[in-house]
Amino acid sequence: MMGSLAIIWAIGRKDLLLEIRNKDVVVAVAGFALLVLVIFTFAIDLNQGNAKLVGPGVLWAGIAFAGVTGHNRAFALEVEGSTLEALMLAPISRDLIYLGKALGNFLFIAVAQIIVIPVFAVLFNLVVFRWEMLAIALLTTLGFSAVGTLFAAMSVRVRAREVMLPLLFLPVVTPLLMAAVESTSHMVNGRSWSDMAQWLQLAVAFDVAFIVVSAFIFQHILED
Amino acid sequence: MLNKVLDLLDPLLILSAALMGVALYLIFIWVPTETNQGAVQRILYFHVPVAWGSMLGIFVVSGSSFMYLWKKTEKWDRLAVASAEVGVIFGGMMLLSGMIWARPVWAVWWTGEAKLTTALILFFIYVAYLMFRAYFPPGAQRQRLAAIIGVIGAVDTPIIYFAANLWSQAHPPLITGPAADAESALGSDLGIVLTASTVAFTFLFIYLVQTRYKIRKSEDDLVELKRAVSTSAMTGAN
Repeated sequence: MMGSLAIIWAIGRKDLLLEIRNKDVVVAVAGFALLVLVIFTFAIDLNQGNAKLVGPGVLWAGIAFAGVTGHNRAFALEVEGSTLEALMLAPISRDLIYLGKALGNFLFIAVAQIIVIPVFAVLFNLVVFRWEMLAIALLTTLGFSAVGTLFAAMSVRVRAREVMLPLLFLPVVTPLLMAAVESTSHMVNGRSWSDMAQWLQLAVAFDVAFIVVSAFIFQHILED
Repeated sequence: MLNKVLDLLDPLLILSAALMGVALYLIFIWVPTETNQGAVQRILYFHVPVAWGSMLGIFVVSGSSFMYLWKKTEKWDRLAVASAEVGVIFGGMMLLSGMIWARPVWAVWWTGEAKLTTALILFFIYVAYLMFRAYFPPGAQRQRLAAIIGVIGAVDTPIIYFAANLWSQAHPPLITGPAADAESALGSDLGIVLTASTVAFTFLFIYLVQTRYKIRKSEDDLVELKRAVSTSAMTGAN
């Protein structure tokens, strides 16, 4: 058990180290999400009333779109450097490779959100520095990276991977997106935990289901 | 020539054509017009069977994708792709016929009702499944990865439905049309026509999947033959 965790962390740390050096993924994700937010402040005439109404949706749509870009990048790096083969040669089981890569992606998108969410608070004039926001963001990011890592590994060898990943990723994460938008919307309207409990439970169920199924199924992707 | 004609006359084709004729007779001549909704209610006799067909398609894709990952035999992959294609066509017909029906009856083309949301998202997942197959170079890897999408779609289905249900409770759908809540005045007649039509569409579904399966098999055989020819040509040259 300890050995598995060490392997997952080793893969995650490798990605993290690479990221600290070139800042490829975090900058891409944060930049993309920020641009979505800014564009929507022009697309919608914001006032206090409709900021609460549309804000949560814009935030999570932005992060979902940006997450697609981030996941694309993370696996493209492995293929461009032919390091995916090296990972596959390592005497470790495939599910640990998956969990390690997913850990890296989770950290990147989480860090990007540390930049994006405060800017969202400023642009939409909403109170977001609450524990509820932390829980929502962590659960949503976990699900995004669970599904995103699986599909990014699949579409990395497709001709049009920039097209393929969002087409696979977005419909599958729709329930998680609904959970994130609805609970954020409860939060900005000042409601309590119990109001968003059902949505948070749904997010937990989504995360558990996809982490388990993806880890189990990943051996079929890297099988050659 | 005669053989070719006989080849086309698959017993399943004859059966589904005959059943379709019966269903059409029941829908347009036998069953009376529903009093609340009027003639537009007859769309239901198409909408429900094609919705059933698309669900059947998704079910078969998921099941055979799972079987492919387990057994790794070609036939499960062929069955998955055949039923995905037919299922997506049926799904498209379901969405279109539903919208045409909803506009006069609910006064909107589309609403956030749970079944509608679920059907639409699943439709997108299986369109992505087919697009992935189209983009990916042929071979065992494509079959494996496609099967993974099939399994993921099956895992996602209950979660999507649950989420769509919660969503529609939080945002009650706008259904305000003239006959939104009216009970059907047809009683058991409706059940008879619906059953006949569903049986007819089920046989059509099976026939189409079977045909697509055969085409897929011929494509695979062709690839095999080409490979055999090129290897024998090479050995002949030596």
